[in-house]
Amino acid sequence: MLAFALRRLGQSLLVLVLMSLLVFLGVYAIGNPIDLLVNPQADDVERARATVALGLDQPILAQYVTFLKRAASGDLGRSFVYNIPAIQLILERLPATLELAFSATFLAVLVGIPLGLLAGLKPESFIGRSIMAGSILGFSLPTFWVGLVLIMVFSVQLGWLPPNGRGETVLLFGVPVSFLTRDGLAHLAMPAANLALFKLALMIRLTRAGTREAMLQDYVKFARAKGLASRRVIGVHVLKNILIPIVTVIGLELGSVIAFAIVTESIFAWPGTGKLLIDSINQLDRPVIVAYLMVIVAIFVTINFVVDVLYSLLDPRVRLGGAAATA
Amino acid sequence: MTAVLDVEGLRMHFFTKAGVVRAVDDVSFRVERRGILGLVGESGSGKSMTGYSIMGLVDPPGRIVGGRILLNGRDLASLEPEAWRRLRGDRIAMIFQDPMMTLNPVLRIDTQMVEAVLAHHDVSRDSALARCREALAQVGIASPDERLRAYPHQFSGGMRQRVAIAIAIVNKPDLIIADEPTTALDVTIQGQILFEMQKLCRESGTALLWITHDLSVIAGLADHVCVMYAGRIVESGSVDEVLDRPRHPYTRGLIESVPSRNEPGRPLPQLAGMTPSLLALGASCAFRERCSRALEACAEAPVAEWSGERSLRCRNPLP
Amino acid sequence: MSSLADREPAAPVVEPAPAVQSPWRRFAADFAESRLALFGLALLVSLLMVAILAPVISPQNPYDLAQLDVMDSKLPPGEHSSTTNKPYWLGTDDQGRDMLSGIFYGLRISLAVGIASTACALAIGLLLGLAAAYFGGWLDTLVMRLADIQLSFPAILIALILLAVLGQGIDKIIIALVTVQWAYYARTVRSAALVERQKEYIEAARGLGLSRARIVVRHLLPNCLPPLIVVATVQVAHAIALEATLSFLGLGLPITEPSLGLLIANGFQYLLSGKYWISFYPGLALLLTIVAINLVADQLRDVLNPRLRR
Repeated sequence: MLAFALRRLGQSLLVLVLMSLLVFLGVYAIGNPIDLLVNPQADDVERARATVALGLDQPILAQYVTFLKRAASGDLGRSFVYNIPAIQLILERLPATLELAFSATFLAVLVGIPLGLLAGLKPESFIGRSIMAGSILGFSLPTFWVGLVLIMVFSVQLGWLPPNGRGETVLLFGVPVSFLTRDGLAHLAMPAANLALFKLALMIRLTRAGTREAMLQDYVKFARAKGLASRRVIGVHVLKNILIPIVTVIGLELGSVIAFAIVTESIFAWPGTGKLLIDSINQLDRPVIVAYLMVIVAIFVTINFVVDVLYSLLDPRVRLGGAAATA
Repeated sequence: MTAVLDVEGLRMHFFTKAGVVRAVDDVSFRVERRGILGLVGESGSGKSMTGYSIMGLVDPPGRIVGGRILLNGRDLASLEPEAWRRLRGDRIAMIFQDPMMTLNPVLRIDTQMVEAVLAHHDVSRDSALARCREALAQVGIASPDERLRAYPHQFSGGMRQRVAIAIAIVNKPDLIIADEPTTALDVTIQGQILFEMQKLCRESGTALLWITHDLSVIAGLADHVCVMYAGRIVESGSVDEVLDRPRHPYTRGLIESVPSRNEPGRPLPQLAGMTPSLLALGASCAFRERCSRALEACAEAPVAEWSGERSLRCRNPLP
Repeated sequence: MSSLADREPAAPVVEPAPAVQSPWRRFAADFAESRLALFGLALLVSLLMVAILAPVISPQNPYDLAQLDVMDSKLPPGEHSSTTNKPYWLGTDDQGRDMLSGIFYGLRISLAVGIASTACALAIGLLLGLAAAYFGGWLDTLVMRLADIQLSFPAILIALILLAVLGQGIDKIIIALVTVQWAYYARTVRSAALVERQKEYIEAARGLGLSRARIVVRHLLPNCLPPLIVVATVQVAHAIALEATLSFLGLGLPITEPSLGLLIANGFQYLLSGKYWISFYPGLALLLTIVAINLVADQLRDVLNPRLRR
């Protein structure tokens, strides 16, 4: 078990280093790094000074090493627009994005798994078919359009929910969160629902497929032969089996949810890293883009690692291995 | 002795898009207390389906359409599903073929055993566990506590099947239905399990319905045997009588094709042809196409005729 | 006693040979089993016709500045033009452009970009996947590692970064879309090819001394096609959605060739003042396109799945 975890950790670090190399090459080697790292409005004197200060007159390899060293200590350049360290900017906005991403995932799981279970148990019934039709709609609908419609209906027509921004925040373990306040929840509702939609459809389909497959297995027949109540057969035997692959999917999709938050944040003007990224791209604030990339890659690698370890913990077959056979 | 199980004219059909499959067609037999009945047939003969019907585990598009299943005098087929469920696992238990998949791979053994007790008896978890330990001891599993905390994949096939048997006997049922439980196991383990099951049933008075395609198993194990073909019982009676003097051509064909009954080096006799599709059964005898003794009269399916404990469904039986 | 094996069965059964149906007809029949899929197909074909015939059927050419009248801007659906008195069925946008025409042209661009990028990605993925499967070794490892790394990152992120680096333009969008998609095809083709490669008919072909290229093209390829077709169909929908999202974020197509995404983005600012039609209807068109494609793809997947073959 420990060997497995260490191996995965090693692989994760490798991917991290690889990505840093790609980012480095993309930024420093292609095109003129001066343009990317120095404020476009700077004059020649500024540029010359910056070149030396940033070590851009050094050979590429030395630059990469410097880059890595700086990155490891958290220095990823300063934002042109805000004139504060890029990493600080990212980290300030990260809690908002994570709050959105987790809320959306939570919603998708809470609603998606029961619906998928229902659809899997009664696939030919009206409700089963409706759920499936709904799920097709769910992942056909372009996220941003749904967001628009939500704003149209709930903000403009009904006036129930605010159309943009984040609500009141309180500190939870030193991190500002908004779901603990009423105002915060009102602001969180639509963006979270919007972001959750796609994942919801995915959860429904996955759970349905898993349930249908599980119901055909022999252990279900055996459980019923024991005279167990349906509730137990489904709630314990089937659920535990399908949850294992579903949990891994949830984990892996978390990264994708964080990425998709970019769109939701743009629509609802949610002050997270996604909106920051779009603004930075439009304003050519490149250090922020680099910082964002590095942080995102680090998050992804961490998620993948955690999911791998989690999976091996959940599935007793992987955790305990095939033990010695004793007849 | 009253019969524990008395099946009368059981019919179970599958109503599929392609047509009606008469999986179990007018099946009748009895199993006495302490008795062991073998249900023999090729795959597709309906033997497993008979077992499922008795357990009440037939799913749509299948349905019991006629006949009675009397367990200690009560007709299971007429019970409400909930009442049937209460008997299942408690008064009748079933063991399946592949122990690999019948135990849930992600739940511990004790969970899977204790729930079988708690589903039918309102006792504490501890006393349920005690019963489980007893059952495990009965199937020859030493140091049960270790085993109880383990997961199925940590056991060999033989062990898993023993656990399945222990689960089946934990509530001391009146009848156990075993659906080819040794087919997936090594030959040596097969012998052990056969012997142990026989002992268990004789000692506790549990009736046993053993479903298999392997005649040689029945020869050593059962008192009575029913031979099934295409959903119908073609011949039944005591094991000695049926195996020594088979009267149905199919039974004879089965007996003759057992390898141990033949001389090495000589070609193994086989039954020509294949089992008919249960969709395409007409009004004639289902064995007609493969039968060397078929007559004109066989165009009309024969009815089961009883003489004492023996039944036969044939218009031109062997003498 | 004569052995059973010596005796012939009593009544040999002779069945008439079943009527031979061409595989195309069977495929069409299987596909048509789902009414929903047929509806999707009909919808898709209609949308394609609209896109192709856009210049002909549009009431107005929305990019011809001469035809626009700024006085007609932001009219709700059903209003009439103040100059020509033609009805604006779906209203106008902030420049006075007829929404219906805008949607027709936008549909055209969205579909064109989606299909073109899918076709390119398919070709590249197919090539790489087949090569990886057939030659194995380091090529296989390289291609698959690359695909794995790429697929572990969300498409939108990769596309965003690419466009941030490359800039705007229809060719750049297609490059971004192709980059994001090729890995699906490569992986699908490779798995299918690996399975096929083990099969006996490949051995037979090699035994006959057929050249490698011929084996790959004439034998491996046709059997890898079914899963590929399913993936490609779904991917067209993804590509269209992705392009729309990118355009909405302002990073996609330039404003001179607005796809549906850009139209939606354009109307976003007017949403809060109640002029919903500028965003809503292009969105509806996008939705219908994606739903139609997904319906067709779902049925294709069921029909072409060898494990479900009856």
